[in-house]
Amino acid sequence: MDQYRINHLKELEAESIYVIREVAAQFENPVMLFSGGKDSIVMFHLARKAFWPAKVPFPLMHIDTGHNFPEALEYRDRLMEETGTKCIVALVQDSIDQGRVVEERGVNASRNKLQTTTLLDAIEGNKFDAAMGGGRRDEEKARAKERFFSHRDEFGQWDPKNQRPELWNIFNGRKNMGEHFRVFPISNWTEMDVWQYIYMEKIELPSLYFTHKREVFNRDGVWLAKLPFMQLKDNEVVETKDVRCRTIGDVTCTGLTLSTANSLEDIIHEVASTRTTERGGRADDKRSESAMEDRKREGYF
Amino acid sequence: MSGKESGYLDMELLRFTTAGSVDDGKSTLIGRLLYDSKAIFEDQMEAIERVSERSGHEEVNLALLTDGLRSEREQGITIDVAYRYFATPKRKFIIADTPGHIQYTRNMVTGASTANVALILVDARHGVLEQTLRHAYIASLLQIPHVIFCINKMDLVDYKQEVFDKIKSDIDAVASKLSVKDIRFVPISALKGDNVVERSGSMDWYDGPTLMYLLENIHISSDVNHDDFRFPVQYVIRPQSAEWPDYRGYAGRIASGVIKLGDEVSVLPSGFSSKVKTIDMMEESLEEGFAPQSVSITLEDDIDISRGDMLVKKNNGAEPKNSQDIEAMVCWFNDRKLMPRGKYVIKHTSADARCMVTDIQYKMNINTLEKNEEDKEVGMNDIARIKIRSTKPLFFDSYSRNRITGSLILVDEATNETVAAGMII
Ligand SMILES: Nc1nc2c(ncn2[C@@H]2O[C@H](COP(=O)(O)OP(=O)(O)O)[C@@H](O)[C@H]2O)c(=O)[nH]1
Ligand SMILES: [Mg+2]
Repeated sequence: MDQYRINHLKELEAESIYVIREVAAQFENPVMLFSGGKDSIVMFHLARKAFWPAKVPFPLMHIDTGHNFPEALEYRDRLMEETGTKCIVALVQDSIDQGRVVEERGVNASRNKLQTTTLLDAIEGNKFDAAMGGGRRDEEKARAKERFFSHRDEFGQWDPKNQRPELWNIFNGRKNMGEHFRVFPISNWTEMDVWQYIYMEKIELPSLYFTHKREVFNRDGVWLAKLPFMQLKDNEVVETKDVRCRTIGDVTCTGLTLSTANSLEDIIHEVASTRTTERGGRADDKRSESAMEDRKREGYF
Repeated sequence: MSGKESGYLDMELLRFTTAGSVDDGKSTLIGRLLYDSKAIFEDQMEAIERVSERSGHEEVNLALLTDGLRSEREQGITIDVAYRYFATPKRKFIIADTPGHIQYTRNMVTGASTANVALILVDARHGVLEQTLRHAYIASLLQIPHVIFCINKMDLVDYKQEVFDKIKSDIDAVASKLSVKDIRFVPISALKGDNVVERSGSMDWYDGPTLMYLLENIHISSDVNHDDFRFPVQYVIRPQSAEWPDYRGYAGRIASGVIKLGDEVSVLPSGFSSKVKTIDMMEESLEEGFAPQSVSITLEDDIDISRGDMLVKKNNGAEPKNSQDIEAMVCWFNDRKLMPRGKYVIKHTSADARCMVTDIQYKMNINTLEKNEEDKEVGMNDIARIKIRSTKPLFFDSYSRNRITGSLILVDEATNETVAAGMII
């Protein structure tokens, strides 16, 4: 029977496509969250496969903190144009201007936490009943307990102790008015799986993932990009280094890896021998032992 | 790409679940597997070292790697299914770490539903307990093809062979009542690492494989049903574009069996038949498709097919049953008890229907494996055999033949909660 065997990447792909189709079938108005990072790029690639030769039957949505790498935005716009996909952009700046949230102050100020309000407002405003995200269970301890179909109450909150059991491949997306679901089609993928899949499928990535020279500074052991909106502390010095991104998110909390990897092969080598998790570079998770759990309860990605 | 990476592209996926009573060492064992296979990163290790120190542990508590939620860390117990990942050059593993408390049977059932292998931990000092039987029964009920009993904490019984042999024969004695295809036993110490990844130097009397060897080598590809083609239609793809004006693809995941171009299929429930024109995966067109691939199938003839219908192959062994009446073993998941003659929503493959529970035949005492036909009150964590009548016919197989077309869930219409998992008889 070994002729009817598929490798782990093909099996993960089949599972994720199944989940994405299930969302399209069970919900009236789903959306796929798109950050421009590799996980959402892979998720969108899977969505295109799921509905080929038709277009993806739902829009994408980018929660934009305004603190972006310009390369990530260029990539996003080009991808949307090439695939004829609609991408809604919800701006954290708008939430600030409307007084929905208050900007953090000081050098460590980040808009990462504020995104939750923008996200929940955008879900409510657009009447989305399901939002797919590229979260993976291997990223973080609290995420390890997520379901594929994760129920959110009318306040968008997650109750990790009261989750619906999820069996076989039967997903229960039933809900009351005003509630919504977060769905994580690539729950079972690891960072390595994502890279191997990108390699196998020859998926194009933003240049940020490959080595480039950049002005950076070191804060608490994390290399951050010196972009115009970054405030430096007195003792911090800007240097030029060979770096690449391991994840792409808000610039204020996306740590860069010192690396000269300039091909997918190099990156896979690097990931295979790396001894820290990709979230290890993220200042937002260092805030406390259960930082992620707390943010997720409130309705974060 | 050469060497290691290209090898990594051809790994097999194995899903396993862990079961055992509280403190049998599940979390420690998983931590050990992750640690010894180098799936633990330095920052994770540092984080648990910090917490171990703060909570006064002497050795680094590997269990903290899996106990993810704050309330779990505070109480030092696992309260919900956590998924963990690691890989060796041979296989990628997905672990469903499920807690052992009685009130969390539903979590074990959940973790077991997709597992190829179950690891059941037994504390060598305590031997076979009621819980051990319960876990073995659930593994058998959920038809996990391979069950490995890990006799743990061998270090605390001086690595004695008699202890292991006694537990093994106690389990063998009850195994006859269960239907598990493949049962194995490994004496281990999760804490010290004996026979987990590395061979133990303290148990020369044991010449069987280590746990990791079993996980890497147990033959799983023949566990999939490749005989009966079943294709529940999940979604209909109709681009209606200039380039694809007439494309009508039936999208879904092949539940079992094999399908080739030109094969004759019939459509349930309409009974119409046609031939397979293409099997598509984006631009890639396949000659044949098989479980568990997600594909889009087009047919030679225009037939009205929608979500909830099923394609089956003609002249391909047994047909699925086509009926409104279903008998199933259910595990109950909710504080609201099963209501006799109660109405629920049944979800089965891609079909939804309303249904009524028409009979509760018996409740299973999972500690003694005896049937209880007197007390038929089915509450949280109970397992019972029931009859269901749905408002429309469903197409199903017995669970023992097909884990996908033989499984169902019941949803409470008032709360939308998943209240039961069912295995069709
Ligand atoms: N001596 C010894 N102790 C163990 C072993 N495995 C686990 N333990 C200890 O047993 C306790 C419970 O382990 P834990 O992994 O949390 O059990 P769980 O409740 O099944 O997850 C902890 O104090 C462990 O250190 C073993 O093989 N030998
Ligand atoms: Mg535990």
